[in-house]
Parts: sequence; C-alpha cells; structure tokens
Amino acid sequence: MADAPKTSAVLYRPNGWEIVRRNKPAMISLVFLAVFVVLAFTVPFFLPTALKTTSNGAFLPPLASGVDAPVTHVCGTDKNGQDLFYRLLTGAQVSLGVGIVGAAISLIIGTLYGMISGFLGGRVDALMMRVVDLLYAVPRILFIMIFIAAFDSMFKDWLDGIRLGAQESGWSSVEGAARYLMPYSKIVVMILSLGLVEWLTMARIIRGQVLVLRELTFVTASRAMGQSNWQILRKHLLPNLSTIILTYLTLTIPAVILDESFLSFLGLGIEDPAASWGSLLKDGAQVINPVDSKWWLLAFPAVLMSLSLLALNFLGDGLRDAFDPKSVD
Amino acid sequence: MPVFLLRRLFSSILVLFFAVSLTFLLTRLLPGGPFDREKGGSAKVEQVLQERYKLNGSLWQQYTSYMADLAHLDLRVSTKYRDWSVAEILAQKMPSSLKLGGIAFIIASTLGVLLGAVAAMRRDTPVDWGAMFGALVAISIPSFITGPFLIAIFALWLRWLPVGGWGDVTHLILPAICLSMPYIAYVARLMRNSLLDVLKSDFLRTARAKGLTEAQAVSRHALKVAILPVVTYLGPLAANLLTGSMIVETVFNISGAGSIFVNSIQNRDVFPLCGAVIVYCTLLIVFNLIVDLLYSVLDKRIRLHG
Repeated sequence: MADAPKTSAVLYRPNGWEIVRRNKPAMISLVFLAVFVVLAFTVPFFLPTALKTTSNGAFLPPLASGVDAPVTHVCGTDKNGQDLFYRLLTGAQVSLGVGIVGAAISLIIGTLYGMISGFLGGRVDALMMRVVDLLYAVPRILFIMIFIAAFDSMFKDWLDGIRLGAQESGWSSVEGAARYLMPYSKIVVMILSLGLVEWLTMARIIRGQVLVLRELTFVTASRAMGQSNWQILRKHLLPNLSTIILTYLTLTIPAVILDESFLSFLGLGIEDPAASWGSLLKDGAQVINPVDSKWWLLAFPAVLMSLSLLALNFLGDGLRDAFDPKSVD
Repeated sequence: MPVFLLRRLFSSILVLFFAVSLTFLLTRLLPGGPFDREKGGSAKVEQVLQERYKLNGSLWQQYTSYMADLAHLDLRVSTKYRDWSVAEILAQKMPSSLKLGGIAFIIASTLGVLLGAVAAMRRDTPVDWGAMFGALVAISIPSFITGPFLIAIFALWLRWLPVGGWGDVTHLILPAICLSMPYIAYVARLMRNSLLDVLKSDFLRTARAKGLTEAQAVSRHALKVAILPVVTYLGPLAANLLTGSMIVETVFNISGAGSIFVNSIQNRDVFPLCGAVIVYCTLLIVFNLIVDLLYSVLDKRIRLHG
C-alpha cells in the first residue's frame, strides 16, 4: 500500500493513501475482509470429511452433534443434512470469487473502452458513448440473463463433448472430471455473464478522467517525443488512472456479488452441489414459517453476506473519498 | 423549447428502436426456441407453431415483420401463455407494479432528501454519522434479505401485517419498505454530498449575512440548487421502480411486471419481453425528459435548446 503514485499531484490530493489509512471504518473493513478471505479459503481444508457430505441429520439446530458421525454442526444443518458452516465457507468462496473475477473482467473492459473513447475523442468518442447510453437504456438483467442462457448451454455442450470423447477413448479419469465439473460450470458462466455487463459505469468514469488527463502538458510532451498513442495510454495515462480503477474495482465487487446472489436467490444462478450466499439464502427463505422456524438457515448467511458487503462498501467509499473527491456518489 | 422537444422525440424513438431490435435479435439468437418442449415435438408441429406465431423464415424476415407489426402498435401474442396477447399481459401485471413502485418512489425521494439534508446541516455530528452509517447498511443489505426478515418479524412474530399477497393497504406496507430501503439510502447520500457543496457557496454566505437562520437559508436558497443531482438520479429510478422488482414480487408473492423479464427469457417468449422493454424504455425516456424540464424550472440559468 505504501507505493503511492507520484505523478498524480495535479488531479488527486497528493496524500490519498494517508487519507485512507486515517479512515477507521475503511481500515477495519480491510482487515476484516483480508482475515475473512483467508479463513474462507483455508478453513474448509481442515474440516473433517464427515462435515462435507450429506447426512441423515436434516435441519439440526446450531451446535447439535451429528447423526452419522461424531461431529458438531456449529451452524446447524440444512434439508439434506449438509453442515451449514461448511456450506457458508464454500459459498463465500464462490460469492467472493465470482465478485472479484467478475469485477476484474468488467474493469478490464470498462477501462479499455473508456480509455480508447476518451483518448480518441471526437466522433469516435461520441459514437462509443452513445453505445453506452443505449446499453444503459436496456434493463441490465436482460443482458445478464441472455449471457447466462448462451454461455450455459455452450459450456454444458463443451463438457459433454469432453466426457463422451473421454468415454470413447477409455480415459475414465477425464470422464469423471468432466462429469464432476458439470454442475460447477455455472460458476464460470456467472463470472463471464456478470463481467460482460457491469462495465458501463467504469467506462464512463475512466473516459471522464482521460478527457481531463489528455489535455495535460505531459501528454503533449510525450507526443512531441514521438511516442505512439498506445504508449501514451499505457505508460502515462494508466498509472494516473490506477487509483480510480482500484476504487471502482472495490465498488464493483459488491455490485457483482449482489447480482450473483440475486440470480442465485431466484434459482437462476449457482446450483447444487455448489453453493453461494444467494442460493443459501434461497434455501433459508423457503423454510421460514411461524410454527417451526429454522432461523439459522436464514440468519447465518444473511449476517455473513451483509457484513462482507458492508465492509466492501466502507472500503470502497474510503478509497473514493481519498482519490476521487469530486465524485458525487 | 419546441425544437428541444422535437429533437428529444426523435432521439427517443431512435433509442426505443435500437433497444427493441437488440432485445428481439439477441433473444432469437439464443440456443433453444419457444416451441422446443412441445409434446410429440415433430418438425411439422414446430413449423406450424412457428408460422402461427410469425416466427418462421430467416431471422431478418422475422425481425422486419415484427417491426412492421410494432409500427402498427401490435405487440403480438405470447408464445408461452397461448391465449394472452402481450397487451393483455402488460395490462394485467403493470397496475400492481405501478402502485407499489410509485409508493416506494415517493418514500425513497422524500425520506432520502430529508435525511440527506439533515445530515448535511448537522455535518460531522452523531446525527450525520448515524444517518450515513445507516445509509451504507441499507445499501449493503439486499432486498432478498430485508424481505424475509421483515416477514419474519412483522408478519410471523408480531402478526401485525399479512405475509404476502395483494389486496388492501396492509399488503403494501412491507413490500414498499423493502423496495424503497436501499434507494432512500442512495438519495440521502447524494443529497448530503450535494448540499454540502452548495452550503460552501457564496450566495449562501450572503443569505446568512443578511440575517437568515441556517434553516431558512437552506430551505429558501440551498435546497433548490442542491436537489439538482438528486433529480437526475430520480429519473431512471422512477422507471426502474415502476417496472417492478422481481425479488420483492417473489418474496411477497405479488403478481407484477418484474417477473416478465426473467420468465420470458427462460421461456424464450420474445414478444412479452420486447413489450416489457418498450414499457421500461418509454418510462425511462419520459422521466428523463421530466428531469430536464425540472432542471430548467429549478435553475433558471439552464436553458433547454436542441
């Protein structure tokens, strides 16, 4: 974090990282997220295998001991007798993974699009921005759903082809792997679909910044030195955009996580046996009733998801306050 | 002004045209068709159905024939719900979404502006911190979490309100709260930032200097200018809320327009989908126009020209 960009004195307050470091909620959020990510990706390896499969103990309350094996279900079990604590952690892996990779994809598209549009300017810029305006006019959910439908059948066909090919050649391990990966292909589908849709805001913001940056004298100077457009973009503009990009990456991750869980909640996203916060919440919402409430199935995923999103938003807000003081939400 | 409106009308029609074209072509290009799951699905049956629903011929022929029908204001018939025309589906599903979305919009805009203004006037006090912390919490918690929790507390535990469904005013309360909550927060944050900027400006210093109290200065002079960015945000928000929310409709068991988008894509039911996109785009265009007109009313320096 210490290597603050030195060239940004004109546009940003010079000590942006200092401002972030003094922002208590943002720093607490950063520590929380770091610890949480590490735990979510390491703890499942140390859990006993009895916790990782279905069991006969369905709907056990928190802290109950297992029916088939001598284990404790810290957060209870769901309708298939799966341990909720384990599912919460793997669900966090999927949700965070989709959020981070999806946001990174949209970031790359948005940055490239915005930089090209802003830098070339004129008619190209006008046309490219009209395209963004137009895409804004169509509900986002439409594109996401269309991408999911297209990619889903593509990936399933592809894996099926591998499976059948392996079957013919007698490679049983490849065949098994293809069959095992089938339900998990939805994760990749979600990453691509959301990544391809979420870049519009990023493109607009980057373009706005590039429009300001390209008028500055160091750009004229590097042009006079004979550098090509691409070199100017990569060597001079990109470093100046890095903090803005980081800021909006932090704010896009919760947006992608929300979209993913929204779709999974409706049963259109992540499918069993894979889990995400959205699919866990769907399972939890299905079993609330006044007589016999299985509160843990709703409460634990809800708290975990809300806390993570809150931390991401606090961090993103802190970064934005530090590096993009002009922004009005 | 007339030139402005004319140009606006032209560009609106263009946007509508592109949005519908994109929706139609993309949906038709998706793998799987609307008649794939027909019983005894022989090629003959599929061909007859395609002809009946005017989905035969090349993609270009389908597209041009649909556009011709749209030009005659014919939204065609659903391929999934066979006896229903798209106009009937929209007429049946839109009213509940309009009502719920309208209420949520009014709550979000008034409460949001109020909270944001109070937070800005009490800058860096516990009131401000509390309001902004609450706003971030409201933004971070998605409606499919608040919905079930509202139901669990107010419907199942306290038994004050019905669990879901549609009928009298009591059915509206929980979904309206659930739907408006994040948007109250967005509006409040926007309003606070905008008002903070305005409070620093010279004309407010003048207002204070001539003896107005802070509250008078804000209500008579600052609010009118500070509300401009909020108004910009409220335009698309109105279009969004009025076309329904799939989540809130699912959680509270309401038959609204929000489900049309998702269900139609699932069923490859292209005409209701295009119908819903037309409604959404039209609302978006209308509300953005209202925003621009409001701008020139609120800030006399802004002139509308083509």
